[in-house]
Amino acid sequence: MKRLARFTSVLSPVAAVAAAFLVGGLVVLAIGESPLRIYGILFRGAFGSVDGVGLVLFNACPLIFAGLAVAFAFRAGLFNIGGEGQLYIGSFLCAWAGLSVSSLTPWLAIPLLVVAAAAGGALWASIPGFLKARFGVHEVINTIMMNFIAIGLTSYLVVNVFKEAGQMTPQTPKILASAHLPRLAGAARALGIPLPDANPLNASILIALAAVGLAWFILYRTTLGYEIRAVGLNAAAAENAGINVRRTLVLAMLLSGAFAGLVATNEVMGFRHRFLDNFSGGIGFMGIAVALLGKNTPVGVLLAALLFGVLNTGALEVDVFTDVPRELILVLQAITIILVVVGNEVLTRRLEQRVRPAEATGADGNADAGAATGEAA
Amino acid sequence: MAAANAIEMRGITKGYPRVLANDRVDLDVRKGEIHAIVGENGAGKSTLMKILYGLTPPDAGEIRLEGTRLNKHRPSDAIRAGLGMVHQHFMLVDTLTVAENVVLGEEPRVAGIMIDAAAARERVEKLSSQYGFELDPDEYIENLSVGLEQRVEIVKVLYRGARILILDEPTGVLTPQEVSELFVILRALREAGCTIVFITHKLDEVIELADRVTVMRDGRVTGVVEAAETTKEDLARMMVGRDVLLRVEKAPATAGDTVLAVRGLAAVGRKGTKVLEDVDLEIRAGEVLGVAGVQGNGQTELVEVLTGLRKAHAGEVLLGGADVTGLTPRAIRDLGVAHIPEDRQARGLVLEFTVAENLVLGRHHREPFSRRGVLRLDAIREHASELIRENDLRPPDPDVAAGTLSGGNQQKVIVAREFDGEPTLLVASQPTRGVDIGAVEFVHQSLLEMRDRGAAVLLVSAELSEIMTLSDRIAVMYGGRIVATFESGEVDEETLGLAMTGAWTGGATARSDGDRRATPEVTAA
Repeated sequence: MKRLARFTSVLSPVAAVAAAFLVGGLVVLAIGESPLRIYGILFRGAFGSVDGVGLVLFNACPLIFAGLAVAFAFRAGLFNIGGEGQLYIGSFLCAWAGLSVSSLTPWLAIPLLVVAAAAGGALWASIPGFLKARFGVHEVINTIMMNFIAIGLTSYLVVNVFKEAGQMTPQTPKILASAHLPRLAGAARALGIPLPDANPLNASILIALAAVGLAWFILYRTTLGYEIRAVGLNAAAAENAGINVRRTLVLAMLLSGAFAGLVATNEVMGFRHRFLDNFSGGIGFMGIAVALLGKNTPVGVLLAALLFGVLNTGALEVDVFTDVPRELILVLQAITIILVVVGNEVLTRRLEQRVRPAEATGADGNADAGAATGEAA
Repeated sequence: MAAANAIEMRGITKGYPRVLANDRVDLDVRKGEIHAIVGENGAGKSTLMKILYGLTPPDAGEIRLEGTRLNKHRPSDAIRAGLGMVHQHFMLVDTLTVAENVVLGEEPRVAGIMIDAAAARERVEKLSSQYGFELDPDEYIENLSVGLEQRVEIVKVLYRGARILILDEPTGVLTPQEVSELFVILRALREAGCTIVFITHKLDEVIELADRVTVMRDGRVTGVVEAAETTKEDLARMMVGRDVLLRVEKAPATAGDTVLAVRGLAAVGRKGTKVLEDVDLEIRAGEVLGVAGVQGNGQTELVEVLTGLRKAHAGEVLLGGADVTGLTPRAIRDLGVAHIPEDRQARGLVLEFTVAENLVLGRHHREPFSRRGVLRLDAIREHASELIRENDLRPPDPDVAAGTLSGGNQQKVIVAREFDGEPTLLVASQPTRGVDIGAVEFVHQSLLEMRDRGAAVLLVSAELSEIMTLSDRIAVMYGGRIVATFESGEVDEETLGLAMTGAWTGGATARSDGDRRATPEVTAA
């Protein structure tokens, strides 16, 4: 049974991705292009060169953080739609820290900015977390509203307070140089990998991988993670077992926000070296899709983010070398997600049909108890 | 010949990937008899009834209702053929009247669009008086007791022309008085020519009410007997496949110091209604205090206050002399209070967690299961293997999800976990609800074992027989108060049942005012 469940949880995203490529191919056919050629170009763009692979990782990096944020909250039963706002506040705080300090060794500057980024996201997420725990206000509404506030607030601050003098672009000046995360081209070449200097891949990807490990460790190896999962699956039972449900909800939201805030390590510390107004363009929302596709597990998030990194990187290539618009890739991504969600429902239902009745008879009258639990959830 | 049988099911087989829920089951129900179907959970009773009612198609087999063959039928066909199902959980609209509920979906109409309220009332009244239901057609459902709600359900079925009634565990929610009243009605229906199929696991009721009995075990029929020619022991043997201890052997209690003292406890529900009022209790080490009462009279809330899940409005809870009123559930647990919650799936287990994870729920934050906030998986697994062995949990695998276990084994997981830490006070709420006879035996023996090891036990149960066999003292709750207390030897079921309705006036603690039911409260998750 457990193996079966694990099998489905792997199978349904894989099947969905395959089906999405199929449907995407039909769309390509419909606009008079050859799907094989387009997919060939797409994958050559992503995997055809070291540069392409570097770009895939670079594109996947912020999605890993954003996906972890959504997945982590989801484990506590919270739907954090506020990754976008949290990453803006995290990025802004990160940049602000990098502007406020005039000289510091990288050994201090980098940790300081990383902490600032995580703290900013955590702070922003803690507000809807608190409102949920204290007043039972639904987090979806509040996280969405906090997005608007975050985007508006950072935009105001960049344009009116922190704008780089003499520039038209609404962006802050560059942050302290010692707080920049190094690009990986040099290190890669030392290992014999010919990654070009122009490739934007930077050390943030290492932080992202560490974050995946950290999220996994917290969820599956700590009492906090145990409590988060218990609350997410059955808050009434968790409460009965003496778990402080409210505290757990706030903590889960806080950590979720911290992961979102860490998007700044790539965008601010590793790439732009400054805060640019409206830079994200929906990374936080893509995080929802990444978490869904990754089944809300840390490793799943990593794989899903990589897939999206491939699609985003290949899309550029398709755009440059063919008449197929890059928007097709967006269509493909959206189709994938819809199919994952639908496929998941269908597969789970199939499984339940095959397994549930056996259990229902195994528990006879308890079907009602199950229904009641469902209602409580 | 066929017409002599109201229901004929032949060779009904229904398989699911892992079990054969019905294996060549034959069922004959004669016209005008009360036929009981008994069996443990998982024996296949419900599957058989679902097939009969057309909710699930069988893999093989034949069904005849009053001689007419049903083929790939749906519930609507079954209803047309004269079948009516009274579900275990009522499906009534609280804010409508009795008459409105009865006719719902098949309303008599005026000019095709308007409900003919007068005709509806009249028909309900006629049915009601014909069989002695004593229902007021204009009363709102929300003002009815559970027993009366059940009558509305029966009238609903009769209104739709049912001649064959299926009642699924109809007595589970009733007081003893309501049960006898129900039996009077069912006998009247039989006299009027109705056929009644009665699904239950209470063997006393089978002997008392039924004409014939079909016993099921593991998807098969293990016996068809005349109720007058059988005994509870025989039925139990057919159900379980071995001899069963129906009576628990209990040594007299050797009560020690007072463990739990409750003084003047009160609590209010969400709408400000009083759900507990002026409750006084005392339990000493080594004794079982049984709390009897119809569901929804404050037992749930009492347990919630004692375990820290609900705030007390007034009064105090003393544990070993120390005031624990208002402490968190964790603090109370850490003081040695174990809790078997009334709804094991809603409060007792995280069904998606493994058995091993569930077996440390509530103690996961303490050594040896974690150290400095990091779980120690080895210790958790080892603990699980130990408890699985000691309590004979099936399957003996710590890594399966708790939700895949049978109801009885789920309850055993909770019992194993809660009894493991040598608790000083054990709060057991409906500990055997919906579990099979084997697990009931296990739970009862474990409870008495804890008592004999010196724990104080608070047992809340809707099963009077359970209360009477296990308790050393019995308190009866009604309307949020304790209305009577008895020593267990000096009271019979009749008196207890009377006290449960609030009508008992034999003692100083009895209460006189007349509201029928306390508002049941659901705590927010």
